[in-house]
Amino acid sequence: MTTGEPLIVLDSVNKWFGPLHVLDDVSLAVDKGEVVVVIGPSGSGKSTLCRTINRLEPISSGSITFDGQPLPAEGKALAKLRSEVGMVFQSFNLFAHKTILENVTLGPVKVRKEKAASARERGLALLDRVGIANQADKFPAQLSGGQQQRVAIARALAMQPKAMLFDEPTSALDPEMVGEVLDVMTSLAREGMTMVVVTHEMGFARHAANRVIFMADGQLVEDAPPAEFFANPRSERARDFLSKILTH
Amino acid sequence: MHVFADQTNLDAYVSGFLWILKLTGASTFFALVLGVLLAAFRVSPVPVLRGLGTAWVNIFRNTPLTLIIFFCYFGLFSTLGLSLSDDLNLNNYWLGVVGLSVYTAAFVCEAVRSGINTVPAGQAEAARAVGLTFFQTLRIVILPQAGRAVVAPLGSVLIALCKNATIVGTIGLIEASSVMKDLINSNGDAVIPIFLVFAGTFAALLIPTGYFFGWLANRLAVKR
Repeated sequence: MTTGEPLIVLDSVNKWFGPLHVLDDVSLAVDKGEVVVVIGPSGSGKSTLCRTINRLEPISSGSITFDGQPLPAEGKALAKLRSEVGMVFQSFNLFAHKTILENVTLGPVKVRKEKAASARERGLALLDRVGIANQADKFPAQLSGGQQQRVAIARALAMQPKAMLFDEPTSALDPEMVGEVLDVMTSLAREGMTMVVVTHEMGFARHAANRVIFMADGQLVEDAPPAEFFANPRSERARDFLSKILTH
Repeated sequence: MHVFADQTNLDAYVSGFLWILKLTGASTFFALVLGVLLAAFRVSPVPVLRGLGTAWVNIFRNTPLTLIIFFCYFGLFSTLGLSLSDDLNLNNYWLGVVGLSVYTAAFVCEAVRSGINTVPAGQAEAARAVGLTFFQTLRIVILPQAGRAVVAPLGSVLIALCKNATIVGTIGLIEASSVMKDLINSNGDAVIPIFLVFAGTFAALLIPTGYFFGWLANRLAVKR
């Protein structure tokens, strides 16, 4: 589904947490419609990488552009950029004091100034799409983890984003709920959504990704189509990582 | 209870507690507005505002209320000529409201700030990720959740405020404790009954207030 037009471009990005070099000269371009899965051991910087793209983490040096524009540093311009990039977190982060439907309509109403009625209609359609329209009036704590994460995806989609970032979306889920969330993500990928997905779900990486990025120690070590990466990892570190997760 | 059978004494008793209620009402309003604003300052990304909030809390939380009320009268009014009303009683009342509000705001600020700290960081991240600005995030996502967490502690702050209102008696407003002192002075044979009536009235006002805030806190609690 890739178009060859770059949407997200990271150029020589460095990030330090104090003395810790969490992103080490990372360069990466994600095309419109492309699905990039980022894998790697804990502490390799993959979540940080994901979070720099909508500037939840500011970077120390280098540059990031989104849709041709450098990321704004702060203020309204940054808020506008974030509204165009959907984000799904490991811990769902649904607004705990709002109903499921309110979670989905909040952004369109408060950020895009959309009319409440039309936001509600679209919100319900999105909830229907992720399979939880019948829970619209409940509060997040009343839903299972898998349901909450699907609401979080609907909330991000409600902003009609140009790209979606997924930061370990299934890591906090019970095993039997992983599938329902991955199904939604897979259908999004098929429809041509640009996605950056940090995950440990190798199955998803194999069947839904256009490219797999392997990170270790803050560096982008490999960047290859999934079939090639899983069959023939070029680096020792990727081989080591895959041998540890694929033998079980 | 011959003391309260006397209509003049009874009127003084009622008027004393009315002043307490008026002081509490107005000061609650200003202390809440100011306290929430100061809490917003203390969590804002702007260092000057954070400094201002911190300074306010450190100054007013650590100064005895009696001194603050004295300053309002002798400093603001007598020396600097700040008159808030031509009516002597009303002037003392408003000076008292100023003192009680700036003092209580420091406690409200700290209660709200501790409430903000109970809201998981992910809530603010999600709000920012959707595209809400800093103030929208605070107003729509953080403060409503923080507010629910601080209902019970705010209840304690407001109960303290109501009792602290008696200090305004020291600058000449004839509120409840001043009325009590006058009644005791003129009725030496009924000191303990008079004391019990005044203390009992405070308890009758404040015990239900405490239960109300406890009930409200449970009702509004955010489930996680």
